[in-house]
Amino acid sequence: MKITLCGVRGSIAVPGPDTVRYGGNTTCIHVEGKDGTQLIIDGGTGIRALGERLLAAGPLACSIFITHTHWDHIQGLPFFVPFFLPGNQVDIYGAYDPIYGKDLKTILAQQMEYCYFPVRESELKAKISYNHVTERQPVKIGSLTVTPLLVNHPVYNFGYRIEEDGKVFFFTGDYEPPYNIYEPADEDYEDYQRLIVQQKKTLVDFIRGADVVVADTQYTLAEYASRKGWGHGTYDSSIEMARMAAVKSMYFTHHDPNRTDDQLDAIFSQLQSRQDLPATRFAVAREGEIIEL
Amino acid sequence: MISQQQLIRMVESIPPFPESVHQVLSLTASVDCAPKALVKVIEHDPILTAEVLRLVNSAYFGLSRHVTSINHAVVYVGINTVKNVAIALSTKGALPAKNTAGLDMRQFWEHSLTVGVLARLLAAPRAAGEINEANYFVAGLLHDIGKILFAHFIPQEYRQVAESLADYGYDELATERAVLGTDHCQAGAMLAEKWKLPTSLVRSIRFHHDVEAADEQSPELYATAAANLAAHLVSAARATPGAGGDHVVVPEVLRAWLGDELPQVVNGIVGLSEEIDKAKAFIEVV
Repeated sequence: MKITLCGVRGSIAVPGPDTVRYGGNTTCIHVEGKDGTQLIIDGGTGIRALGERLLAAGPLACSIFITHTHWDHIQGLPFFVPFFLPGNQVDIYGAYDPIYGKDLKTILAQQMEYCYFPVRESELKAKISYNHVTERQPVKIGSLTVTPLLVNHPVYNFGYRIEEDGKVFFFTGDYEPPYNIYEPADEDYEDYQRLIVQQKKTLVDFIRGADVVVADTQYTLAEYASRKGWGHGTYDSSIEMARMAAVKSMYFTHHDPNRTDDQLDAIFSQLQSRQDLPATRFAVAREGEIIEL
Repeated sequence: MISQQQLIRMVESIPPFPESVHQVLSLTASVDCAPKALVKVIEHDPILTAEVLRLVNSAYFGLSRHVTSINHAVVYVGINTVKNVAIALSTKGALPAKNTAGLDMRQFWEHSLTVGVLARLLAAPRAAGEINEANYFVAGLLHDIGKILFAHFIPQEYRQVAESLADYGYDELATERAVLGTDHCQAGAMLAEKWKLPTSLVRSIRFHHDVEAADEQSPELYATAAANLAAHLVSAARATPGAGGDHVVVPEVLRAWLGDELPQVVNGIVGLSEEIDKAKAFIEVV
């Protein structure tokens, strides 16, 4: 399987001189199976250039898995050119939103309503299907097997585990590890802590020994203090995940929009001097990075 | 016709207003409500706890593991989701769920929720100083509660109200008064008093069709009355896009409070449709 990171920025696209090296596009990951299966995770702004590239190879059949429908994970979809051409087939997968009572088609069609975009969803020429996935129910796409796991974020958000011939790739989507809502003196503190441990273990067991994990790492620990509950992880939480699950290789992604290339380099070099790192090979996710498994 | 005694007996036989409902609604009115406070309120009400767990464990959520406690639900699906589930359940818990012949419960629900949402949205920029948004929502939600009493206890007489509307120029209040000898505003206010809801809430229910007659003018009353009129505009517009709702007459005192014509005000509310959809989505599953 060949993984290409097409968008590694969180929240909003940030083009400019400070983001040229790591890239300013929002979340999009391209996964190609050994048999040529084309799979995309999330439709952030990174999906636009990917669409152009895929079309160059002729008519396209691909599957797009949506982790969740926050803006930065879907805003590139209306600019995914394969949607506009007859002869292409795009199968979209994601969660039914139980809070808003809306299915994927409704949510995605809404962002293409006429007041937001000049072409409506119903006018797209490609053959499009919408499919709801359920937690832990694997979906087979060509040579790839995709299994969703619900992970903590303010909205319903799936992490996706993709497997081919025993090789495992996992993308967290947006993920903030659960934190204790009680004070240590509270009666419920212990019980809640036990549930957190259990919940983290579920994720760790799900990705144990994974070859590659791309993890939401938007904040430093210092920044996180005032951003608790916003739904994103930190360098420390991602490293803990890598250690617990004995992940072979981990890429920090969903860079904060205010983060410059130089800051990313500085954070990473500081991090590499830490004495407590597990055996995992860490890297800062960079737009255009190709990972072969 | 029903006697005053009969009306009092009806009110007496309705179960008390769940305190937890009030607490959930007022806690969640603030965006940064403390998760543990919300969990505490839910846990102190065994029925609400059971309902939250039932819903989170339903096929609708499609979880792969069984959720066993409210704390567990918060860790698993997140505080935001638990909060939304609790609000929806509390909202529903505020109204007696008994089968009520003669009243289209779905329609009643939709209208009540719409008025609740609208009352809150209308009040937010207009009420001076600190406001408790939950009170406006509850005032709107319960404004027609008197109809539930009628439909539940005197279904035959109440059906007659619906059948006689044409005879009274489709004036609902006039029809109720002629057929029943009372109206849903009076009945609803009596029930709200029995539930010991705040005076301002009782007043909103009693005078939502006749703002000028109120013993005291209050933002809750204005918000409820205006929301009720606005809800008719909204549902007309949703059924037929572009529909005017010209028949809606807005009393001068409400117009002054709103600061503009009602349709303009309603059109200017950002996210109204989404708020109503979110509230309504749960009617299907709760």
